[in-house]
Amino acid sequence: MATTTPTTPTKVQLKVGQRLRRQEDPRLITGTATYVDDIKKPGTLYAAILRSPHAAARIQALRTEAAAQAPGVHAVFTGADVEGVGPVPCAAALPGLRVPKHTILATNRVYYVGHPVAVVVASDRYLAADALDLIEVDYDPTTAVADPEKALAAGAPAVHPEWPDNIAFTQNTVYGDPNKAFAAADVVVKQRIVSQRLIPTAMETRGVVAEWSPGDKQLTIYSSTQIPHLLRTQLAIMLGLPENHLRVITPEVGGGFGSKLNVYAEEALVGFVSMRVNKPIKWIEGRREAFQVTIHGRGHVDYVEMAAKKDGTITGMKIKIIQDLGAYHQLLGPLIPTLSVLMLPGLYNFHDAEANVFGVFTNAAPTDAYRGAGRPEATHCVERIVDILAAKLKMDPTEIRRKNFPAKDAFPFTTATGLAYDSGDYAKPLDKAMQIVDYRALRARQAEARKQGRLMGVGISTYGEICAFGPSPATPAGGWESATVKVEPTGKVTVMTGASPHGQGQETSFAQLAADAFGVPMDDVVVLHGDTAVVQYGIGTFGSRGTAVGGTAVHLALQDLRAKCTKFAAHAMGVSPDEVSFEGGIFTSPKTAKTVTFQEVALEAYVCRNLPPGVEPGLLVTRFFEPSNFAFPFGAHIAVVEVDRDTGEIRIERYVAVDDCGKVINPLLVDGQVHGGVAQALGQAIFEEAVYDEYGNLVTGELMTYAIPKAHHVPEIETERTETPSPVNPLGVKGVGEAGTIGCSPALVNAVVDALAPLGVTHIDMPMTPQKVWRLIQERSQA
Amino acid sequence: MIPQSFEYSAPESVSEALRLLGSVENSRVLAGGQSLIPMMKLRLSGPAHVIDLGRIAELHYIAQTNGSVRLGAMSTHNQVAVSETLRRSCPLLAEVAGRIGDPQVRNLGTIGGSTAHADPAADYPAALQALRAQIRLVGAGRERTVSAEDFFLDAFTTALGEGEIVYEVIVPADAPGLGSAYVKLQQPASGFAVAGVAAQVAVSGGQISVARVGITGVGAKSYVAQAVENALTGRPATAATLAAASRLAAQGVEALNDLYAQADYRTHLAEVATRRALEQALALAR
Repeated sequence: MATTTPTTPTKVQLKVGQRLRRQEDPRLITGTATYVDDIKKPGTLYAAILRSPHAAARIQALRTEAAAQAPGVHAVFTGADVEGVGPVPCAAALPGLRVPKHTILATNRVYYVGHPVAVVVASDRYLAADALDLIEVDYDPTTAVADPEKALAAGAPAVHPEWPDNIAFTQNTVYGDPNKAFAAADVVVKQRIVSQRLIPTAMETRGVVAEWSPGDKQLTIYSSTQIPHLLRTQLAIMLGLPENHLRVITPEVGGGFGSKLNVYAEEALVGFVSMRVNKPIKWIEGRREAFQVTIHGRGHVDYVEMAAKKDGTITGMKIKIIQDLGAYHQLLGPLIPTLSVLMLPGLYNFHDAEANVFGVFTNAAPTDAYRGAGRPEATHCVERIVDILAAKLKMDPTEIRRKNFPAKDAFPFTTATGLAYDSGDYAKPLDKAMQIVDYRALRARQAEARKQGRLMGVGISTYGEICAFGPSPATPAGGWESATVKVEPTGKVTVMTGASPHGQGQETSFAQLAADAFGVPMDDVVVLHGDTAVVQYGIGTFGSRGTAVGGTAVHLALQDLRAKCTKFAAHAMGVSPDEVSFEGGIFTSPKTAKTVTFQEVALEAYVCRNLPPGVEPGLLVTRFFEPSNFAFPFGAHIAVVEVDRDTGEIRIERYVAVDDCGKVINPLLVDGQVHGGVAQALGQAIFEEAVYDEYGNLVTGELMTYAIPKAHHVPEIETERTETPSPVNPLGVKGVGEAGTIGCSPALVNAVVDALAPLGVTHIDMPMTPQKVWRLIQERSQA
Repeated sequence: MIPQSFEYSAPESVSEALRLLGSVENSRVLAGGQSLIPMMKLRLSGPAHVIDLGRIAELHYIAQTNGSVRLGAMSTHNQVAVSETLRRSCPLLAEVAGRIGDPQVRNLGTIGGSTAHADPAADYPAALQALRAQIRLVGAGRERTVSAEDFFLDAFTTALGEGEIVYEVIVPADAPGLGSAYVKLQQPASGFAVAGVAAQVAVSGGQISVARVGITGVGAKSYVAQAVENALTGRPATAATLAAASRLAAQGVEALNDLYAQADYRTHLAEVATRRALEQALALAR
């Protein structure tokens, strides 16, 4: 390797911290990305799934002969045919949890509308759909219950006949001495708070292509998932295949939001069918199907109580959580409300609390992780009840919050529920948000508006969250993440991450890390993910963990590789590695005034003409990062709204989000995550609700009736940040994928309640539809 | 979301379309497809034969002729929304067209298709009722013209007979001084009107001389709000007159009732939207 004399060093601008556009975007916005439905294998057959129209019924008879003989149909399979396939897994190991046997097709009963009953395989998707109509099923409908509180009532129909009380599990947790705290309190406030059932509505519905290769007994599954490796392990178990005979490929994923953090019946079913008919099989979920059977989120009825001194010091909290679990457990469902319990104290310094969780079966789609997963519900409860307390004590909502924040030098701060918050300065984002909106002037303007009879409101939310999941002992299937970094002989850098980004932008942020580590342009870096044959094992992308855990693994691998490169460079320059400095892609030995470029090192590491003693050829490192703790982002959101008295419509005049997600690698990505999160929480706050009727029919079963926010519904979101590094990982990052969703809904609801406060309104449940708001105004105006 | 199989024809003349319509069992006319295609994909509609009017050049026009504007049935919502002729002579219709659905829908959906479909919450019917539009229908060897008021019979039910298609919509050009407005309170999921009110107002000597109000989304069919018009005409052009008249917006109408807006709320919204539309129209009247 040749060494050269240094030229004048130019100051290198690092990529980390820069607002760089996403590497992913050109293919996404030009329509050249490959999603599951774009996978076209020669000879593919198409699967269509017959689903139950009843929420609860016995299957008396099932006749598939006519369908099997329909034009183009290759095969029909029913529950009896798939008995050998293992159940859909639930990874929640809660004590005493009742786990219904979740077969991939119904056998003798159906438990919710959409329950898969049979699968037809035909030469095209039209013929498959036509053949579904020829399957005859004799159902004997039984009484259904789709409301979790009704399901708990005496005499309610049993969702699973073996468990007549409809209770899947209960969990009672007591922290400190809450009864004493409540007995000693000057004031206690109580509120029933609903975090309604939501439909995640990823733009791309789920889809699976399975290709069985009979010669080498290899099954390849293409699936729109957030967890390719975990899916592979679980499918191997379900299908009875050796895990190394199964490859999962995740092409582009058009949105997940937790709904693809799962192992679904269809993923195993399509694999099973491919193995049985020896053909590639494609199944693409329809939108109505997605609404009925892909997991739903939230589904809480919470009874919240807060105890305080009359000066506003919070002394205790109690909550009863009724979690609507739906008919079955999916991968993590029952665990989600336990996250709500952990998150219960929010950002507040008190130590006595009690939580009672009731996980309830209903004849409805399973609930599971949806953006925020348990934390939005908890945050909504604590941020609402704090506002109710402030109103009762006639305190300003910002003052009561400030009073109860732990001091900024109190970190790590141990919460009532035993979490160790890693780092924080909770007043800082609140101060910043208040400054942005000019809080005092805003309140003065509100007083003026009220004099004119206008319903203007200001809502505060100071949220915290648990993210960067997480230490392995605290997670059901490993909480670490892995990375392999390979420097190619030409000096190009390939990063293979076990995280499975699907819109978060880690192809860009991880490339920023790699670009800085080796002083190469962004375009010299490729980030690979989502193929179990390419990437070492990994956990996946969810729980705002991609960068904090996955990025850290990348960082560690980069550090190791840089160290190895330094050995090569030092050897070439005839100095020891500690005499070498590196900047902008050039290794320099100040002592000998020699330099060698990163690209020269890369080539030497493979051609090995002058291998340093004790150093192996090649530049490839795999690292696994096990975090010692979660990370705990926080922030302050302020919403300014005006309610239209005539129609009940809510106009969002201003929305300010000041988030602290630790160190920021790419501000553009962080802003994007906050925007998306806020939009989704706004959907929950104002528009969205999965409504089942008394028969268990999903009334909001399509996008014509289930309103997700559209561009014109979303106000300008003013984002700002404070930056408190996390000590949990060397990058100092926390996570931001869910922050907007967690912080926003209470800010909006608090703002609307504040707007309606002159009418005596103290609470409103989501979604705050115009009709609901209007009725509240009517009631209160007459009262 | 996969339709049943069907035959497809794309005739290039009205006469050929009518011939197909008359000769093929269970055929449906496709005029943009923004309602028909979703219904077929949901298997709520399963025609054996779809006759696409998209290639019939003679149905594409927006033309002014002595005192009225004629719109060929295949004029897209977007063409109506941006039409200079309409902006000048009948801005209400352009305004309403621009509020339909989203850009994708507006570039494919047509005035003839929407009119023939008669969705009780569609936008056009309110405007056509307010404007006292005429709808020209053609069948094999026959044609007739029906007023908008007589055309919309019930939800998804019109005066269109067997073998007939909507050929054109004829709206009168605005008299000088007429102010018009469309106020739509919409279902956020579908974008359809929960209460959509198209209003035209003219004032003479401080009195309301012309008042025309068409309402959609409230009842099973769009309607002319006769009681509102009566309560305005000849009365002083004041806020009090408008408010009093608006209270009659849903008089005699059995309001639709759904999850998003129950009947009482919908009735109330009809009043609010009517008042707002009248206020805006009055502000534009000269």
